[in-house]
Amino acid sequence: MVKLLNWINARFPLTKLWNEHLAEYYAPKNFNIWYYFGSLALFVLVSQIVTGIWLTMNYVPTEEEAFSSVEHIMRNVEWGWFIRYWHVVGASLFFVVVYLHMFRSLLYGSYKTPRELVWLIGMGIYVLLMAEAFFGYLLPWGQMSYWGAQVITSLLGAIPGIGEDLVLWIRGDYNVSGVTLNRFFSLHVIAIPLVLLGAVVLHIMALHSVGSNNPDGIEIKKHLDHSGKPLDGLPFHPYYTVKDWFGLMVFLTLFSLIVFFFPDFWGYFLEHVNFDPANHLVTPEHIAPVWYFTPFYAMLRAVPDKFLGVLVMAGAIAILFILPWLDKCLVRSVRYRSPTFKWALFAFAVSFIGLGVLGGLPADPNRTLLARIFTVNYFFFFLSMPFYTRKEKTKPIPERVTFK
Amino acid sequence: MMSEENINKERRNFLAIATATASGMCAAAASVPFLKSWNPSAATVAMGAPVLVDIGNLQVGEQKIVEWRRKPVWIIRRTQEEIERLLTANEFLRDPNSDKSDQPSYVKNSYRSIRPEILVLIGICTHLGCSPKYRPELGSVNATWQGGFFCPCHGSIFDMAGRVLKGVPAPTNLQVPPYAFLNDTTLLIGMTSEDDLSEWKT
Repeated sequence: MVKLLNWINARFPLTKLWNEHLAEYYAPKNFNIWYYFGSLALFVLVSQIVTGIWLTMNYVPTEEEAFSSVEHIMRNVEWGWFIRYWHVVGASLFFVVVYLHMFRSLLYGSYKTPRELVWLIGMGIYVLLMAEAFFGYLLPWGQMSYWGAQVITSLLGAIPGIGEDLVLWIRGDYNVSGVTLNRFFSLHVIAIPLVLLGAVVLHIMALHSVGSNNPDGIEIKKHLDHSGKPLDGLPFHPYYTVKDWFGLMVFLTLFSLIVFFFPDFWGYFLEHVNFDPANHLVTPEHIAPVWYFTPFYAMLRAVPDKFLGVLVMAGAIAILFILPWLDKCLVRSVRYRSPTFKWALFAFAVSFIGLGVLGGLPADPNRTLLARIFTVNYFFFFLSMPFYTRKEKTKPIPERVTFK
Repeated sequence: MMSEENINKERRNFLAIATATASGMCAAAASVPFLKSWNPSAATVAMGAPVLVDIGNLQVGEQKIVEWRRKPVWIIRRTQEEIERLLTANEFLRDPNSDKSDQPSYVKNSYRSIRPEILVLIGICTHLGCSPKYRPELGSVNATWQGGFFCPCHGSIFDMAGRVLKGVPAPTNLQVPPYAFLNDTTLLIGMTSEDDLSEWKT
């Protein structure tokens, strides 16, 4: 065994890679429950790729057969229902863990110096994930698939000048059609996953080069033992691999519960309108995106102007990219930051969830007003940041990590 | 061994710049087929040919939905009251004279049609591409509803000529496709030039 390892190590840095990323990667001792979601996101990514490969074996990406091939998977293929539901539920759970993972970063200031690139690459992953989810949603070729793709591709039409030509180019037809379905299939199963995997590797490489943040938001590299290891750190393997594995088992329990007992999650994971095949002449009475897009959809609907609406929606995502440069406070963790920041973060979370709820409901004047208030607050959280974080009244930060 | 003095820096620079330029040109040239392949194919364009519609049995108030270029096209025979109503109450419309909207020049009038009673529209909302609902009944969408079209996606409303009302997200009136009457009861929808029309008439 040792001989084999030596043989490999002389030709490929296997032990070096293992040590750098697992056995000798020191992560802070004080990780709490928020630190499960990174490894869970990695698990869901793998699970989506595996179930996706299996779905591709029976799915037919044509206008005539897409809908019926999904029914074929559900009814005729052995365990086809399981693989398809696992993929569908996995898509929603992917966004659950990614949103929690991102909120953890907001809580503990993980986007701040020197982790700006970890945040930026992570934001890139989030955008890719949204593209992946959007392209995949057209594939079952149901009513919601069709009209969802119709609305989202129409968004590009709002760009002055080139908009209409761009929409035609993206769709490859005068309206969303089988041509569009075919290219979305290609993007969903090859292009985006390939880029996504590369981006995840970069995300982890960037993280491992600067080291993980922690709930206290302090640097563990400041206090080293005589051999140069951080006193407040633990080797990722075996300490955190074991911890994450435990978390994974809990997560899989919840995952399985949903897949086996509530696969459509009362219309939130699988929208009921989508059980009708696509009809390009008739729009359903009420259309709404899947829950993970509803906050942005609510913003789009809250603005009574086509181009401005699209601009606000795109801006809501774009502004997240520059977060590390908007927050001027030197203290990272919310534990030691001012009450102003705590309230602002709380109001931001309420607005985001509120927009998510509103985006899934039909619009009426009261809801539109509420959506406008939440939208303003969403942007206010970011745009006011450079001002109040400059002279924030923070609490003293500890020298060594604490356990709460 | 080559010494420092023997390096021809000028030649090196020239080769580096020439290689970079050639690479850039190759990349630009190579992108053309990949980008162009996303345009509608010859088959898609052929499928977008004009369609013939028989409106002989179209009743007053009835909506007929046909497909042209994969879009719903509506043909509606309006009532006399609806036609008369189009000439009043323009202050609620965003673009009453269709100046900023997309339609052939021969329908740029208050009815937005060739014949006042026959309305031909592309049934795709100018906001984000949903297909609005035909709601001719007075007061059906709101208390002051005069009859028209209601988009279920984002609440845009249009009058019985497809003209957009103020205060809704749709920026312009519903599009009118190019069309012509070949005879009293036959419509040709979607021709692109005059030559096309003469071909269809024979």
